[in-house]
Amino acid sequence: MTATDWPLWEVFVRSRRGLSHTHAGSLHAPDAEMALRNARDLYTRRSEGVSIWVVPSTAVTASSPDEKDSFFEPAGDKPYRHPTFYEIPEGVQHL
Amino acid sequence: MATVAYGTDRTDEAARQAAFDAAVAADERIEPRDWMPDAYRASLVRQMAQHAHSEIIGMQPEANWITRAPSLRRKAILMAKVQDEAGHGLYLYSAAETLGTSREELLDKLHAGRQRYSSIFNYPTLTWADVGAIGWLVDGAAITNQVPLCRCSYGPYARAMVRICKEESFHQRQGYELLLALSRGTPAQHAMAQDAVDRWWWPSLMMFGPPDEESGHSAQSMAWKIKRHSNDELRRRFIEISGPQADALGLTLPTGEIDWDEFKEVLKGNGPCNEQRIAQRRRAHEEGAWVRDAAVAYAAKHGEGKPS
Repeated sequence: MTATDWPLWEVFVRSRRGLSHTHAGSLHAPDAEMALRNARDLYTRRSEGVSIWVVPSTAVTASSPDEKDSFFEPAGDKPYRHPTFYEIPEGVQHL
Repeated sequence: MATVAYGTDRTDEAARQAAFDAAVAADERIEPRDWMPDAYRASLVRQMAQHAHSEIIGMQPEANWITRAPSLRRKAILMAKVQDEAGHGLYLYSAAETLGTSREELLDKLHAGRQRYSSIFNYPTLTWADVGAIGWLVDGAAITNQVPLCRCSYGPYARAMVRICKEESFHQRQGYELLLALSRGTPAQHAMAQDAVDRWWWPSLMMFGPPDEESGHSAQSMAWKIKRHSNDELRRRFIEISGPQADALGLTLPTGEIDWDEFKEVLKGNGPCNEQRIAQRRRAHEEGAWVRDAAVAYAAKHGEGKPS
């Protein structure tokens, strides 16, 4: 590794306790510790976070946009997975 | 990330173009792994690189005043602002990298003079009031340009712009407050503020780019929804909002016409500070090499940071 090919890291920030980490962006750094420090300076300059994850970008496996339709289609014809699919008589409470 | 290979026969190409056109027409965002026309990708790389370069070159004229800021308060504000500019550059370089161009390649092109940065940063900061004029006018013009970019059709660029626009507001207000303090100060301070506004007004108007009829990239960029408004439209909007702001400052805006010959000269490299800016950028990059090397050596020794 030379200074010109620092790996890319994806940065996830938890904005406050009780919320999940959300993708904030990416940055280059030679190792995880530097990635974390750089992420602190880059993505939380205004107290935007209470916790940061950094993940090597190469560790991310993504679904392909070309398969988008076939990949997500199976959920499309299953409206019965939603509560609004069911008709309940008027006046029934707590359901 | 691994990419799934696919064929590139003509029907596929036409179908992908149609899917791209439909997404843009429906105001959906294009994301990094979506198919996109080569010219769209090239246009984005050009614009995002120029934008990123402007952020980091823009650190220079303001950093010029950090050691001479008149109070600790002003110094802390200015350092935070210059640090923000570095951050904005990094957001934009990483957004540009999603298009398959490395940051290193973009920096090389900047250093070799093969990619541009905004012409505004080729003007010198002669007095402390210039720091205020940059915040109010230069950042103000940048905000006018950038707010519509938050709805740009390319997702990573739009997201970077949302973050940048939130931070730019502080930049503009600190500049305005600085000018207000000078304008209400001694006659000499007032004159200094007016002089800074007189010098930065025209270059700020040039930041919107050439007049619409001479703007080579505009029509296509607007069709792709990278750009949402024309140069002249944004320039007009900026002029309209600046008038009342100048009144409240107790300062006047110059009257007259934009000198487009000056704009062309600065673009050609003949502005007051073109050479100084790029030489300083190269020097900073070279002098930082040992820090980058040390970080790499440390990572190697501790067995982390495997190359991607």
